[in-house]
Amino acid sequence: MSLRTDSQRHWLRRTAKGLTAATLLAVAAAPLGAAAEEHQGPAPLTGESLTVVSWGGPYAKAQKRAFFDAFTAETGIRVRMDDFFGGLAQVRAQVEAGSVHWDLIDLEFADVAQGCEEGLLELVDIDELPPAPDGTLARDDYFEGSFSDCGGAGIFFSTIYAYNRESFPAAAPSKIEDFFDLKRFPGRRGLRRSPLVNLEFALLADGVPAAEVYAVLDTPAGKARAFRKLDSIKDQVLWWDTGAQPVQMLADHEVVMATSFNGRIFHEAVVERQPFVIVWDGQVLDSGQFAIVAGTPRLAAARKLLLFLSRIENMAALTRYFPYSPMRHSATKLIYTHLETGVDMWPHMPTNPANMGRVLVNDWHWWRDHHDEMTERFSAWLLR
Amino acid sequence: MLSNPRVRAGALTLPLIAFLGVTFIAPLGAMLWRSVHEPLVADALPQTLALLEAWDGLAAPPEALYRTAAGEFQQLQASRALGGVATRVNRVQGGSRSIIMRTARELRGTAPASWREAMIAAHPAWGEAAIWGAIRRAGERYTIRHYLNALDLKQDIQGRIVAQPQEQRIYLKLLGNTLAASAAITLICLALGYPLAYLIANAKPPWPNLLLLAVLLPFWSSLLVRSMSWIVMLQKEGVVNDLLVALGLVAEDGRLIMVYNMIGTMVTMTQLLLPFLILPLCAVMHGIPPLHLRAAASLGANPRQAFLHVYWPQTLPGVAAGSLLVFILAIGYYIAPALVGGRTGQFISNLIAYHMQYSLNWGLAAALNFVLLVCVLVILVAYNRLVGIERLRFD
Repeated sequence: MSLRTDSQRHWLRRTAKGLTAATLLAVAAAPLGAAAEEHQGPAPLTGESLTVVSWGGPYAKAQKRAFFDAFTAETGIRVRMDDFFGGLAQVRAQVEAGSVHWDLIDLEFADVAQGCEEGLLELVDIDELPPAPDGTLARDDYFEGSFSDCGGAGIFFSTIYAYNRESFPAAAPSKIEDFFDLKRFPGRRGLRRSPLVNLEFALLADGVPAAEVYAVLDTPAGKARAFRKLDSIKDQVLWWDTGAQPVQMLADHEVVMATSFNGRIFHEAVVERQPFVIVWDGQVLDSGQFAIVAGTPRLAAARKLLLFLSRIENMAALTRYFPYSPMRHSATKLIYTHLETGVDMWPHMPTNPANMGRVLVNDWHWWRDHHDEMTERFSAWLLR
Repeated sequence: MLSNPRVRAGALTLPLIAFLGVTFIAPLGAMLWRSVHEPLVADALPQTLALLEAWDGLAAPPEALYRTAAGEFQQLQASRALGGVATRVNRVQGGSRSIIMRTARELRGTAPASWREAMIAAHPAWGEAAIWGAIRRAGERYTIRHYLNALDLKQDIQGRIVAQPQEQRIYLKLLGNTLAASAAITLICLALGYPLAYLIANAKPPWPNLLLLAVLLPFWSSLLVRSMSWIVMLQKEGVVNDLLVALGLVAEDGRLIMVYNMIGTMVTMTQLLLPFLILPLCAVMHGIPPLHLRAAASLGANPRQAFLHVYWPQTLPGVAAGSLLVFILAIGYYIAPALVGGRTGQFISNLIAYHMQYSLNWGLAAALNFVLLVCVLVILVAYNRLVGIERLRFD
């Protein structure tokens, strides 16, 4: 299902009217795509091939252009990309069955940590990762607390909410409180059908300082408070499950604002020229890393790829295409302009201090402890 | 023995039996086994669990228990096996994972005089009974805990079965919703599909083939595409609403909400499942000679009577087969309800998928699966009583 491809999205939006145009667009775009894929590097192919699993959509396309193509060019090892929706289920199934066909996987940080603890991922010594150009060791170059025993490379991304500018010609929302303010900003909202991030947003909007959110959530009264806050907008919420849905809802005016990932909204606003605006206030910052699936028969090549991806220039290269900031200080200094549009990427980065006025760092330890009970409780709450 | 022709004929079914065994019975059996058998914690903490067995759950745990548990935690941590253990204890009691992981981290390489004090210093929870009870419960090699969880129940620290806290009860309600929505979808399919099937079975050529093609064409396209198309049709700025506004039937600011709610789920799933009802029904109707209705009319029956007493009873096997198919397929759907169902559109399969893909609690997923399977079996038995399973016809 590739709702992600832009020609199809347009089709959804304009239905019959746009059908012909979209078809023409797809036909016209096809040779361009083919031409881009033919751009192979000079290193002779070794016949080896690695399977890398990522999140699909514009993000995976950006990764391919930013570093996987370059890896093939440098080493001659082919990279085959596959999509998944996160989580460790397939990794665990492959490891338990002893038939690993995924080599490298782009995981959320919590999953890297869990997979590492449970032996589903190969161990990676931080000191193996390449140093910064000025010689700073990787362990000093990573942001504090942002590397695990199994991950390499790594990005920060954030969950924010965005609104459709056309919905608010006069005063526009600017704070997390505005998301919950139906009086000043009437209209439906899009939220992810999951307790993740929603509980944090609710508490932030209810006046809990970012530093205390998880401490409050840890108490029964705090959980009740978060759900009470969500109650106040409950019948004005459309719930989304996949990343393509909230941007679709915004484009269709089904909702006036929706939570999403900052990269998705950037892509829609800057590349697709949709009138979407990100509200950075109250952003929930999270991270992800590449990791190697334990027991892969292509371990040496997979390690080579992981080390390649952890090089400063490759970590920064993603920012030519996508606004997810690298996890290493030295790579952050290299953040580029957007290749396709020439837009300066720094203002779009979640780690830009201008966007970090009120930021909550996702406490995955808390979520690992409480995800199951919160999911049960959230599902029960939805049905009430 | 092989000279016996009946045995030889029977031997021809062996590949089928083997196929069923490999593709149906074995996975089902493995699933059931997983829902009651969870050896990981029992294998990982044998000595701790033996000591816990002797402990009554009321008095303060003895020092030996602390020392043994600390030792086994450290060993497991060294071999990267503690994470799996902690995750399973966490399923019995939320919050246990970080208690165990943090304690193991802080005890690494230490040899304190009092393990009890060291562990309580690492995390105060070790001074209370709850965490020990959770470890004991997670250490049961054979367990009914997943079934209790699937029925919104749990065992307290003394082993009594009690209800889950009110705000966490979800599975029974979701199961009820799933069954009710599936039944409603089946009825709508029947109401729409019956006349259409009649038309296909009785129209003059070339209409039957054309109508059948119209039924099958969407059937051959992707389920996801069809679900998404309904969003295009039904959403606030969608085709149907645009049409209604253009016709002046609905005001611009009064556009109807037809998707991301139960209406959306009903419409989409009805369209997705309709062919499964029409096809068996068509086959059965095809076999009913038109003479029967004419005979009924010639004997003085009015059309209503002729339908009720002559036609309808003969189509019953097709009705039963088709609606059973639709109902059972509907129970298991989850992508379509997730896309168009909105807040109330979750089916029990959505949570099964969550436990398969994200929480990795395959035991609970299997237990939920089994509960669903039991529901289907109960319905099959009921059908057998009402219609007679031997009268079902799918051809």
